[in-house]
Amino acid sequence: MSEAVSSRASGHIAARAVWNRVALAACYGAAAIVILPLGLILCHLIAKGLPGLSFAFFTRMPAPVGEAGGGMANAVVGTLILVGLGACFAVPVGVGAGVYLAEYGRGRFAALVRYTADLLSGVPSIVVGVTAYGLVVLPMGGFSAIAGGVALGILMLPTIIRSTEEVVRLVPQSYREAGLALGAPRWKVTQEVVIPAARAGIVTASMLAVARVAGETAPLLFTALGNRFWSTSLDKPIASLPVFIYDYARAPYDDWNRQAWTAALVLVLVVTLISALLRITLRRVAQR
Amino acid sequence: MKILGSRLAVWRLSADDAYRSILAAMAGFVLLVVALIVYEAAQGSDLSIRAFGWGFLTGTEWDPVKEHFGALPYIYGTLVSSAIALFLAIPLGVGSAVFLAEIARPRVGAAISFVIELLAAIPSIVYGIWGFFVLAPWLRAGVEPWLIANLGFLPLFRGYPFGIGMLNAGIVLAIMVVPTIVSISREILLSTPRSLREAALALGATPAEAIGIALDAARPGILGAVILALGRALGETMAVTMVIGNTNRISASLLDPSATMASVIANEFSEATSPLYLSSLVEIALVLFAITIVVNGAARLLVRLTMGERRPAAAAA
Repeated sequence: MSEAVSSRASGHIAARAVWNRVALAACYGAAAIVILPLGLILCHLIAKGLPGLSFAFFTRMPAPVGEAGGGMANAVVGTLILVGLGACFAVPVGVGAGVYLAEYGRGRFAALVRYTADLLSGVPSIVVGVTAYGLVVLPMGGFSAIAGGVALGILMLPTIIRSTEEVVRLVPQSYREAGLALGAPRWKVTQEVVIPAARAGIVTASMLAVARVAGETAPLLFTALGNRFWSTSLDKPIASLPVFIYDYARAPYDDWNRQAWTAALVLVLVVTLISALLRITLRRVAQR
Repeated sequence: MKILGSRLAVWRLSADDAYRSILAAMAGFVLLVVALIVYEAAQGSDLSIRAFGWGFLTGTEWDPVKEHFGALPYIYGTLVSSAIALFLAIPLGVGSAVFLAEIARPRVGAAISFVIELLAAIPSIVYGIWGFFVLAPWLRAGVEPWLIANLGFLPLFRGYPFGIGMLNAGIVLAIMVVPTIVSISREILLSTPRSLREAALALGATPAEAIGIALDAARPGILGAVILALGRALGETMAVTMVIGNTNRISASLLDPSATMASVIANEFSEATSPLYLSSLVEIALVLFAITIVVNGAARLLVRLTMGERRPAAAAA
């Protein structure tokens, strides 16, 4: 009888050992399956995008329909202008709000701001585009770079706020105490001790948010619209890299599709390289 | 001297207040932005709300010529494509998070999750052209004919292998949201006490059973990560627009083309000619906004409740 019990028990243990193996193997498998498509996307980007990559691609204008070649100079400049416009208002406001949350953010108002910023980061970018359309395009009477910049700025805002808050919190409490002990008022301590101490972190965190937004397409479709020609005026429609990719990918010309892949490769390289560098810098700043 | 001292005190007080007020105003700007989004969406959809009322949400007709608009096919498309995405992404994402947090060496886990987080920064238009030029031909030539031949008895897999459609959109969305699930779940798992696993192992549990105990403790946080991913999937626009086919109909088959709320806005907004047409598109944006606010609000609460003050870095992204 005791033999039967022990053999059943050992069977049970064997089953658990098998289940243990299966469960752990499933986790390995899941990780592999997650990484596979992401790796595939990168491989395809390089395979399809690299052949078209040349210096001229950055400096030439788009060629007329039916003519081979051409570049995306206007889209590169357009994206820089749009992202710059967005950063112009989102970075100062976002950093100010982040400093507020870190230095004075204990009350209910701060909690509300924090929660709202988190919610704002979850608002679909296309909805932000619709808002910018109502706010800027309708009153101005047409699509414009400004409208696109406003949409991108709104999208940057929550990330800038929350990451500034985190970076400013990392400044040691003793800095503030030392400043106050020397008789400096609190605003001066914040402005001239805390913010300079956190400056490297604030700059990288903000740039991370800015780089993120450079690839947004949806909010630009009906704000900045896109433009086949060279334009740097802020009150006219303007080209951008993501919209260039979207238009060229949908076009029925092989040559345009190839250019879309090349533009996508450029966009991914720029965005991920910048983010990787900034993240590593940020980590180093945080560890110091 | 005394007078000077008190004056200084007064001046300091007001300077402090002024500085604080300026910063508070900047913080308050976020509230203003969200209020503006709500206001613009509500005001812009006024025409459409008056014309169709609640019937807008249940109507299936979308006819710019007759000016009759109903959003049900788009709501359906958004919900179903997100459901497919979660169906694929939850087991894979949580499995990978377990691998990265519990099985892989800490250095390997950190390195892989760094790469996964970087991939989350790839613009959605890039996923879109991959889904359109690479995934769609694969589905058309291989996967979908197989599904029709072997699982065609299910209404889910009937029809023709278009390559483009609900299934493609669901897969692309899964690829896009899986990094969110992986990185937050991993952080949540890492934040659960080690003693849980040690206690389980000491009582004779297998490693997998010990991890199961840790997963139990992490469950609310992982649920939060999943809902956050749902929020991303619901609002995702460009990738879906490129691969879903943009057809205004409700079909049980996942192989058929469809459309989502975000994709119809992206497709038709700049071409909407009549005020009522435009207003209907804005109302879709309003509905989408409301849904994502509810979903994200719930997710943030869950993540915050399990992690306390520690905020996952990926949540900001």
